[in-house]
Parts: sequence; structure tokens; C-alpha cells
Amino acid sequence: MNGEAVFEVEGLGFRYGGASREAVSGVGFRVHPGELFGILGPNGSGKSTLLRLLLGILPPRSGAVRVLGRPLASWSRRELARRVGVVPQHEEVAFPLSVREMVAMGRYPHLGPWRSETSEDREAIGRALGRCDLEDVAGRPLSTLSGGELQLARLARALAQVPELLVLDEPTASLDLRHGMEIFGLLRDLAGPDGTTVVLVTHDLNAASRFADRLLLLERGRPAACGRPHQVLVRETVERVYGWPVRVTRHPGPGPDEGAPQVVPLAPATQAADPSARGRQP
Amino acid sequence: MSGRPRREDAPRGVTAGLRLLALFLALLACVALATAVGAAPLSPGRVLAALTGGGDATTRGIVLDLRLPRAVQASLVGGGLAVAGASFQALLRNPLAEPYVLGVSGGAALGAVAALSLGFAAAGPWSLPLAAFAGALLAVGVVLVVAARTRPALDTRVLLLAGVVAGAFFNALIMLFLSLGRTETFRSAIFWMMGSLSGAGWSDTGLLALYVLPACALLMALARPLNLLAVGEETALYLGTRVEWTKRAVYLSTSLLVAATVAIAGAIGFVGLIVPHAIRLAWGSDHRFVLPASLLAGGAFLVLADTVARSALAPTELPVGVVTAIVGVPLFVVLLVRDSGGGSERIE
Repeated sequence: MNGEAVFEVEGLGFRYGGASREAVSGVGFRVHPGELFGILGPNGSGKSTLLRLLLGILPPRSGAVRVLGRPLASWSRRELARRVGVVPQHEEVAFPLSVREMVAMGRYPHLGPWRSETSEDREAIGRALGRCDLEDVAGRPLSTLSGGELQLARLARALAQVPELLVLDEPTASLDLRHGMEIFGLLRDLAGPDGTTVVLVTHDLNAASRFADRLLLLERGRPAACGRPHQVLVRETVERVYGWPVRVTRHPGPGPDEGAPQVVPLAPATQAADPSARGRQP
Repeated sequence: MSGRPRREDAPRGVTAGLRLLALFLALLACVALATAVGAAPLSPGRVLAALTGGGDATTRGIVLDLRLPRAVQASLVGGGLAVAGASFQALLRNPLAEPYVLGVSGGAALGAVAALSLGFAAAGPWSLPLAAFAGALLAVGVVLVVAARTRPALDTRVLLLAGVVAGAFFNALIMLFLSLGRTETFRSAIFWMMGSLSGAGWSDTGLLALYVLPACALLMALARPLNLLAVGEETALYLGTRVEWTKRAVYLSTSLLVAATVAIAGAIGFVGLIVPHAIRLAWGSDHRFVLPASLLAGGAFLVLADTVARSALAPTELPVGVVTAIVGVPLFVVLLVRDSGGGSERIE
């Protein structure tokens, strides 16, 4: 990998006030330019906390984060927003807003409070709308969009920032199969040696395996595995981290991701095999 | 692909400008109407003559010293309240927040009632508004101190709760003062708490303008960060907004704006609620448009309401807050029903 790391994380630790254990502990990794990097882990394993630490929303208790070659603390929010686009997990729009107005917000870090849109800004907004196939609904209120279109609108807003790095928290949660695949396909297209670096948190192990270059699997705030999908999605590791029996097969293809490991959850272990299992017999 | 948004955007700016111009003309028309209507109806010709320095002395006195300053004051108070309401709604991410929801009016009323009951009000023409302003500042201070101690600082839910609780506490103190006070104190206190623009003169109107207009200008300058806050604080942060700073600036300037209008005209309800709401329903939620439009439409609305208040049962004058509520509530209900019935065509 050439060039500086986009993210350089070392010994990162964080504990919420009143919590007995660290939500994130001893996490270190590097994300290289153009990579699509997936962060996986069960509920409560610290994925979203890790993202907030990476984005400077939470102050780390230990360790260090460098973004685009500089310590995270040295960035102002606006400087960071010019180069890093974020699609957070939750968002509740308080007032009626059109799709275009939503996407145009991505220009704020470049415009600031007062400068008005130039043709450069409008082109960035138009490209973002086109990239997410939202041109036909640009004038519609967000409230009339489907969940899939809404998620695309939020992604388009981040793309309108023209970021070098795109960070997404569960972008495909609650999306149907087609919209989920479309988002992953779009992110795959964006990433690449001359493109954007993409870091995303997801619960979709199989999509992450097919589309991501490298994965980080978290277990109770600690890194359980980090590497290429076939190095991370190993049966023993996945079973231990998620506490559920699985089989790991290969994606049948056809496609560039043919042979990517695919995790298939099995029926829970029977009582005969494991007396401590919850006894949910068929 | 790049040409399309450009074509879309240019007429949008022109449309917004035309709408603001229309609202400005409507405000002028309301002020003109207010100078002609009243206990002594005046023909447009006599009003015009008085405005240009002609006509008889009585007419000039009525137009220039009574009705015009009162109409200008009403437009400042109404516009200020509407801008404050729109800003509070964006800050609290709640389209139904009143500017009084944070206890500012309760504090101002307490200051005024205390001044009336304790006899300070008779000390001079400025003692009542000053006491009300001091009370409003007390409320702002209490709410800010409570909300600033939470984490994250100025959590809008805490802000809202602190405001409501402070308001309830001030109301209890007001009732305490009133139940111990004399009957005439009670009457003037009630009139003041319902809001009134009687006694408006050029000096207090000028002072109000010096206060309201810069506050409105500051809030309008923060329109784009307010747009981002409406999507969520975390998102606004990721888009490069100085969220804490913006929230503090908006809270302080809005509270001081409300404090000034309450000190001069009492607590006039519903203007800050229905005017911004109606504008959002009709023309969308971009605060770069909503705030100036609220200033103009809120001004026009209160000038009309005040004209009704002083002429409907002339020579008896109604508290203007009664008129804004009687007109405002049905209007608001209509807007709400229409909104939930077919709200999808709001944004063109």
C-alpha cells in the first residue's frame, strides 16, 4: 500500500462514565488509501463507539488516532468535514426538507454559514444526486421517500462533501436486499486506488466479506481478528465472538467476489451435543 | 447533469426574493391600515396628509404620535417574536415550540408583577419594562445555568425541561404576589400578562428597534447552521458546524429578543408559534427564508391583531394577546389538519 494511512489507530481505549468495563479497549489498526474497510461485531461490541472515537465525537481514554496523517485533535470540525464525509446511523429530520436541500447540506463545510452556492457546489450536488440515482426525486420531500431512497439521500449528502474518506455506521440496516446490495455496490465503486477510502460498520457479515478489502471483528470492545475476509471470517472465531454455531461456505459466484467466505448460521446446538444450550428443540 | 440543478436553483432564489418583497408590501399595507383605523376613523387622504406634514394638528397627533409608533412597535414585537419562535423551534428541533416555552415570559411577568406589587412601577416610565427585563434575564440565567451543567452541555431536552419548570416556578411566585396585592395591581398585571401595545411611543419603539433588529440579523446570519441542527446535532457536527457555539448564540440572542419584547409589550402569545409554522407549511423549512419571512409576516400579523384589539370594541381596548389567541388558535388548527391531510406537496 502506498501513501500515508488514512486512519492510524493505536491502543485505543474508552470507557463510558459508570461502566464497569471499557467499551473499546486496545484497538489498533490502519486503513490505507482507497480501501473499503469493514468493522464487524455483535451488538454492544463497541463498533459505534469506535466510530465516534475515530471521528472525534468521544475523547479516547487511552491511545491515539491519526486521520489523513494528522492527530485527530489537531483538526477543526470544519476542516475535517471538508475531507471526511460521515453517514451516521440515526437521524431525525425535524422539519420538512427536500432531497436536494438535504444533499446541498453536504456543501456546508466548503461554504460556511454565509457564502452562497457557486457552480462548483451545484455540480458537486448534481454529481452526488446522479451517483445515487436520485435526480428524479430531487424535488420531493424526504418524508415521501422509502427507507432505501432516504439512505441514498444521506449517502448523497456525504458525497456532496467530495470527501477523501467516507465513514458510515450501519448504512444498510433495515434496507431490503436490493437496496442493501446497491449501497454496498456503490461503496465498492467509490473505493479504489484513485478513489475514496470507505470505512463502515455493519452487521451484514456476508456483504462485508464480499465487498470489503479488510475487516476488523470486535469482541466486547477488543479486536478479535483483523485482516482479509477469509482471515477474519473463520468458523471458530465467528462462533466464539457471536456465540452461535455457524458454517463458513464460499460465495458461489459468478462475480469478482466468487469464493468469498459466507457465514451461514446453523440451528442451535442440541441438548445432546451441549447440555448448556437453551433447549430450543424443534 | 450539472446544468439541471442550476436551472432549478436560479428561479428558487428569485421566488424567495419575490415572496419576501410581497410580505414586505403586506407589512406596509397593514401599517397603513393601522394608521387609518381606530376610535376616530381617518380617510386615506387625511392620513397621507398627516404623514407628509400637512393636515390639522389633531390628525397629525393621532397619526404621528399615537397610531404610527404603535404600528411600528407592533411590527417590531410581532416580527421579533416570530423570528424568536422560528429560531427556538430549530434549536429545540420541535416545530411546535413557543418562544415562551423556556420560561422567559414567566420571568418577565414576575419582574413586572413584583414591580407593580411593591410599588416600584410608579417610580418612572422605565421602571416597569426594566423590572420585566430583569425578570426575563433571571429566567434566562437560571435555565442556562441548569442546562450548561448537563452533559452534553445545553442538551435541548434539558433546556426544554428547565425552561418549563422555571416557568411554572415563576408563575407560582406571580400568583403569590397577586394574591397578596391590591385589586388594581391585579388588573394591570393581568392586562400586562396578556400583552398590550397601548402607550407605545417613539422613544420605547426606537429602543426596541435597536434591540430587535440586531438580534434578528444575528439569527438570520446563523440560518444555515440552524438548518443543519434541524437534521440532528451529530450530523451537524460531521458537516463542520460549531454546534455548541451555535446553540449558545441562538439561545442567548433568542432569549434576549423575547425578553425585550415582553418587557415592552407583555407576553403576547401565538405569534411566535403560528407565524413560523405557517411559513414552513407554505414555503418549506430553509431558515435562510423562514427567518426573514417570519420577521415580516409576524410584524404584519401583530399590526393587524393590534388594530382589531383597539378598534373591535372601541373605546374599550382588548389585550392584544386575546386577539392573537382567538385568531391564532383556529388558524393553527386549520393548518394542522391541512398539514396531516395532504402535507406531501409542501415543497415544490
